[in-house]
Amino acid sequence: MIQRNDALVQDLEAKARKLRLDSLFVMKEMGIGWLGGSFSSADVVTALLFHHMRHDPKNPQWPGRDRLIMSKGHSCEVMYAALAEAGYFPREELKTYSHPGARLQTHVNTKTPGIDYSGGSLGLGLSFAVGSAAGAYIHSADANLAAQVRLRAPRYRVYCIVGDGECNEGQVWEAAANASHFRLDNLTVILDSNRYQSTGTVEKTLNMLSLADKLRSFGWEVREIDGNNMSEVVAALEWATGVAGKPQAVIAHTVKGKGVPAYENTNCHFIKITDELIRVGQEALKA
Amino acid sequence: MKTPHLRATRDVAENLYAAHNRALIALARRDPRIVSTYGDFGPGEVGQVFAKECPDRILDVGIAEGHLITSAAGLAGAGFIPFAHCHGIFGLGRAYNQIRQNVAYDLRNVKIILCNCGVIWGILGPSHQVIEDLAALRAIPRLTILSPADAVSSEKATYAAAEHAGPVIMRLPSTGDSFPALYTSDLEYEIGKAICVRDGSDATILATGILVSDALTAAEALEGAGLSVRVLDVHTIKPLDEAAVLQAARETGTLVTVEDGTVLGGLGGAVAELTAERFPVFVRRVGVKDRFGESGKPAEVKEVCELTVPFIRQAVEEAVEAKVKRGK
Repeated sequence: MIQRNDALVQDLEAKARKLRLDSLFVMKEMGIGWLGGSFSSADVVTALLFHHMRHDPKNPQWPGRDRLIMSKGHSCEVMYAALAEAGYFPREELKTYSHPGARLQTHVNTKTPGIDYSGGSLGLGLSFAVGSAAGAYIHSADANLAAQVRLRAPRYRVYCIVGDGECNEGQVWEAAANASHFRLDNLTVILDSNRYQSTGTVEKTLNMLSLADKLRSFGWEVREIDGNNMSEVVAALEWATGVAGKPQAVIAHTVKGKGVPAYENTNCHFIKITDELIRVGQEALKA
Repeated sequence: MKTPHLRATRDVAENLYAAHNRALIALARRDPRIVSTYGDFGPGEVGQVFAKECPDRILDVGIAEGHLITSAAGLAGAGFIPFAHCHGIFGLGRAYNQIRQNVAYDLRNVKIILCNCGVIWGILGPSHQVIEDLAALRAIPRLTILSPADAVSSEKATYAAAEHAGPVIMRLPSTGDSFPALYTSDLEYEIGKAICVRDGSDATILATGILVSDALTAAEALEGAGLSVRVLDVHTIKPLDEAAVLQAARETGTLVTVEDGTVLGGLGGAVAELTAERFPVFVRRVGVKDRFGESGKPAEVKEVCELTVPFIRQAVEEAVEAKVKRGK
């Protein structure tokens, strides 16, 4: 894996720190938050929205935009922080999180500008991403042109962040088989492998053994990285865009709660956000 | 009441799936947003025509109904109008959460064609006979649910579904069988507007799907017994044509619902709920009575599940009797 440690990576690292901090204040609105998953995936979300993806915060419905499907829909706080930072909506709106009538619901929701998929029911996002990626190929054809879907240039790329616990759900594998069968090379899954799910470690709850081996056997190109190392994240996402004829999976080995050492590698899936936690978090996330 | 033109006889049988496919082909030819998707389900004529004319717009995702529905939502999110086809029982049973979460909640422009619905399909037995689709899907907000009675209305429902912006569920009977042709091609079809197939004053039968034809036969037979029976084709289960139901309750005083599905919560449930709140009248429900179906020929299963013309007729007679008794 090519290591990068240039200005881009440093900028993105600073951005990821800021988004974690902002996420903490989003969570504070509810008094409880998806700290573990938001923080484990924060580096990937940052790299995608602030470097790799083509998108336009002024025109969230731009048909040619790259899509980011947050299949693990509870990791919403970091998405909201990132979308506000990118300019999809005013930062003040972060304060409305989880309140009735708000666009910022407690799972990612299409009411929010910049969100293309409503999550919350695990295991479905990859199927949505497959439909979206297939659509990018159909779009690029003239109507009624007799040709194979997969032989044309896609209109956009689709990124899908899937949780490791979420891979318990059978539909993930229906979608994985289908993505490979359709040869959707415009589809990149980032598997946020933070080793914990709702009630415990992934090994203890349901040991899926090697997700990388499984995806390879389904016909995917797979890379494994440290998903909290920005230079590896950027390099892996660059690698993905160069793969032809196959969907790609980046297995991002991450740390649940990454960024606040007191919570790292604990099952901080959905935890109370106390004043003490905010204080500790602010301290840890200082630039 | 205004009634539509009906065929001179109901001796001609036509296939509702083939009629749907004709409409889908015509729609695809004029609208490049139309995509047809399948869960290892036979596409009929659509398969041959799309393969020749627009092979990129027909997709089979395999035996994976949950994925079929969610990926269709993804296609809709990309600006297409996907028609997703599968067996009704698996579309409902395997993909209920996907219909709710990915289609209804997000108001995706997905058209879900549930095929081989009801017990009258017969042949493959209870594992394949969905009876609870109308009841279960009716409870999901934002869905439009169609249940055409014959081939002409199946074709018209398909056009209407494509024009309707938002999620639509369409319930079709056995794709391998033909059913009595009821309407002439000049039928005026509008989502949410029940069709008064026959006017009457003593009772109203509200039927949906292929049993509209049997309801009409029962009403005609009852005329000989001195009863004037209105027949409404409730081709849209949701939104229910509340005005037509309440008008029937007011003008005819008693209602009989008829459906190839459970009596719990489907058309019968919808009519009973509405009238109980707004204009209480005696309601009788003809349908599958909280039981599973059985393997058999369509006619045999129809008999076993008490869905034939004599059962409809008996229900109307009982309803009228109850109305008269109450009146005294």
